[in-house]
Amino acid sequence: MSLNPSPEETPGLRRRFVVSSIIIAGVFFILALRLWFLQVLGVDHYRDLSERNRIRYVAIEAPRGAVFDRHGALLIDNRPAFTVSALRQEVGDRENLFETLSGLLEVDEEKLAERWKEGQRLPRYRPLPLLEDVGREAMEKVQENSVDLPGILVEVKPFRAYPHGELAAHLTGYLGEVTEEELGKSSFKGYRSGEMVGKTALERLFEDRLRGTAGQKRIEVNVRGRELRQVTTRSPLPGQSLYLTIDTNLQKAAEEALGDQAGAAVALDVNNGEVLAFVSRPTFDPAWFARGINNDEWRELMDNPRRPMTNKALRGQYPPGSTFKMIVALAALEAGTATPATTFTCNGSFQLNKNFEYRCWKKRGHGKVDLHKAIKESCDVWFYRVGLETGIDRISDAAFRVGLGQKTGFPFGAERPGLIPTRSWKKQRFGTSWYDGETVISAIGQGFVLTTPLQLATMTAALANGGTVWKPQIVQKIVDLEGATEWMINPEKLNETVWPKAAIAAVQNAMESVVNDVGGTAWRSRLEKVRFSGKTGTAQVVRRQDDDEEELEDDEIPYKFRDHALFVSYAPAKNPQIAIAVVVEHGSHGSSAAAPVAKAMYDAYFKDVSDKEGPEKVVFGN
Amino acid sequence: MFDRRLITNFNWTYVLLILLIAAIGIANMYSATSSWTTAAQPVYVKQLYWLGLGVVIIVVVCLVDYRHLEYLSFSLYGGNLLLLILVLAVGKTSMGATRWISLAGFNVQPSEIMKIVIIIALARFFSEKAHLRGFSLKQLIAPGLLLAVPALLIMKQPDLGTALLVLCIGGTMALFAGIQRNAVIFLGITGFAAAGGGWFLLHNYQKQRIMTFLNPERDPLGAGYHIIQSKIAVGSGGFDGLGFMKGTQSQLSFLPERHTDFAFSVFAEEWGLIGCLLLLSFYCLIVIWGLHIALRSNDRFGMYLAIGVSAMLFWHIVVNLGMVIGLLPVVGVPLPLFSYGGTSMVTTMTGVGLLMNVNMRRFMF
Repeated sequence: MSLNPSPEETPGLRRRFVVSSIIIAGVFFILALRLWFLQVLGVDHYRDLSERNRIRYVAIEAPRGAVFDRHGALLIDNRPAFTVSALRQEVGDRENLFETLSGLLEVDEEKLAERWKEGQRLPRYRPLPLLEDVGREAMEKVQENSVDLPGILVEVKPFRAYPHGELAAHLTGYLGEVTEEELGKSSFKGYRSGEMVGKTALERLFEDRLRGTAGQKRIEVNVRGRELRQVTTRSPLPGQSLYLTIDTNLQKAAEEALGDQAGAAVALDVNNGEVLAFVSRPTFDPAWFARGINNDEWRELMDNPRRPMTNKALRGQYPPGSTFKMIVALAALEAGTATPATTFTCNGSFQLNKNFEYRCWKKRGHGKVDLHKAIKESCDVWFYRVGLETGIDRISDAAFRVGLGQKTGFPFGAERPGLIPTRSWKKQRFGTSWYDGETVISAIGQGFVLTTPLQLATMTAALANGGTVWKPQIVQKIVDLEGATEWMINPEKLNETVWPKAAIAAVQNAMESVVNDVGGTAWRSRLEKVRFSGKTGTAQVVRRQDDDEEELEDDEIPYKFRDHALFVSYAPAKNPQIAIAVVVEHGSHGSSAAAPVAKAMYDAYFKDVSDKEGPEKVVFGN
Repeated sequence: MFDRRLITNFNWTYVLLILLIAAIGIANMYSATSSWTTAAQPVYVKQLYWLGLGVVIIVVVCLVDYRHLEYLSFSLYGGNLLLLILVLAVGKTSMGATRWISLAGFNVQPSEIMKIVIIIALARFFSEKAHLRGFSLKQLIAPGLLLAVPALLIMKQPDLGTALLVLCIGGTMALFAGIQRNAVIFLGITGFAAAGGGWFLLHNYQKQRIMTFLNPERDPLGAGYHIIQSKIAVGSGGFDGLGFMKGTQSQLSFLPERHTDFAFSVFAEEWGLIGCLLLLSFYCLIVIWGLHIALRSNDRFGMYLAIGVSAMLFWHIVVNLGMVIGLLPVVGVPLPLFSYGGTSMVTTMTGVGLLMNVNMRRFMF
């Protein structure tokens, strides 16, 4: 036991305790001051930071606008699709996770790893999509096994749905993820990476209208980014709807008739230029793109020699062959270099001079031929002579006036202009003058002359309506969410030519005979219920070598050297409504390959007409 | 020979205050760990057990007259030094530091025991050696060594936080014993110099912590993360708090270490400035009351014991609170009675027991 005096009695010690107590209180006061500083002065700042910690604004993808045909039949829509995504913060053992997932859903682990790598550019809190559109069964599997799949969640996103499959795919185009490059452009302001945008055709052209307005989810997350609850939501607004001028039944009939053949078919309303069908075959399935096309599928499309990704109706440039003959005839009749009665004898060839002889497709000749027979039976010799007499510049002028040799103004940027040669063009292009022989072959739509199927349809519509060239239009109207019409089609004349009445009547008459009279080149394709008029064409791909060369049967010629088959037509023959141009690549003959396609299309288009009654009695509603 | 006066003189209010703080701490822990689903036994329940043990410790420590400790003090000190050396030799390593040894089946942390033992040893020293004009530099050599040897051993583990706390406790006791003015000045200067030199002896993570304290934004997702998130939690509590179980920083796990070192941040977020000031005044009260007990003890050994325990509480509270509100660097120091952990509870309650012991025996000779 210590004998020291008690502390209270020690001098100065009491003071020491008082001072210490004051210091202690002072230190606590400083702590309190700091708390006041943080909690009273800084509360807004720190609450803001706290909110930023836990609140994420997540966009809800808006469903893209739907696409309908002219009668309001649904062409493209959206459906909810299940996407298996990973929350990166929650994924611990990635390899193990991929193994489990691949076992469950029968997908390659490598593919998952690849997607993982690709997804690293997304913001960290955004779920990384590993497998898109997995189907209900797979979704249920994932949810049942969620305990073994930490960090994996199933999201529901609107996916582009194509109830008609690949129908009109070249017209509507396809979607793809917005690229990093696009995101840098001002036109893609407000887009988030990973978003699907229109890449081609209508989807791209009307991207702004179809896209809609993304909604917003305000979600509370924990430190690992796991969504805990939705705080508030702003619903997404779907995009506007497109109503096309397309007639789904007609489109379908054309696609089916062309089948796997490479080619194109375009149908127009002759009185306003509305596109009723727009076909390019073979085609692709836009659904592949909507869910993200894989390498194998892409290679398959690219390696196909029939070029499914090329829009042949718009970009395919073919010699029009005999379908050009109506233009030559009109040019001649207008110029007076021929009359409907002008008659020549066709003995199978035309001798231009001692060096050049041009053959008619019919080796033994057509005999006595006037304009009517020359079109009906497609005599080349008649046109060689008349064409030569009329001259290339008059022919070209007539061709230009029906819209050939120039873009029709179709809204897709990829349209090709075709080619209608003139003397000055040749001089400029090759620096040489024009030869008569070139006029001769131009008169049957060969040589330099090139047309697109769309141009041929425009031309045919002008022939059917007596000379008005309507701009082909594809969108009938655009309707917003409330059903209000945002935009309405307005027919636009590209050109109006008044052909001499007798001339156009003679040509139309001859075209009617092509299909409906015995001996006409398309007689086999005639349709009982609707009389349609037309003209076959065969475009040479390679020049025939020699007269003496052995004539090969069609199927003995290698595919790529076979002629292109063409057929232009309109119906009904009197009071025409619809014009159709068909090109079948390497189809050999217009009569056998192209005309049946048109026939099938008319059959579908006039489906309500029974064989007995005429089409005029039926109202074809839009 | 049980004296009824012991019970009469027992400071019930003080112990109730201690239990009140501990109860708030457990409620806070309940909120902080409510999102945990994995643990078989919730953390707050375990802490409740530790609190029970703490109460037992208070009672046990009070039973034996503290004056018996005076004779045992240097043996305790020597034994503890041995344990510290043993830790360095055969201790258990976790997270880069060796702090534990296994003793009779228990995991013991000798550096933690040293916080109490240094109080007892220095209390004995200063109670026997008094200088009216205060200790001179030369006279400080002996207590200095008494303090420096364990501090260095602890620093070697390395456990900078505990070493600093031991030094602070010892330093505070020395200040109460009285130090001559020029000795204070000299120690101040050498202290600064040592701090400068010590920088180079620090471990990388310790340097990181200090650098991060000076500028947390330097590494917001790494070393600065703790302090940034803690300040956000405290600050967003505002004046009246977000409410019990409603603090998003803690409930959504943005706040790390929220049931241990950063437990106060959870409290601050949910109870706001009002709650904080209340808790702060409780803590201030137990420290100043401790000093009051020291002043009124009837011998110098008891006085120094009470001073040491008060200093221990004070420094723990100040270093921890200073850390979570961004006034001091992040040093792993728990908040007494508030942070989860048996070690901290045992040390604190032993200290409280000593205080009570001194308090209840002040009238006895």
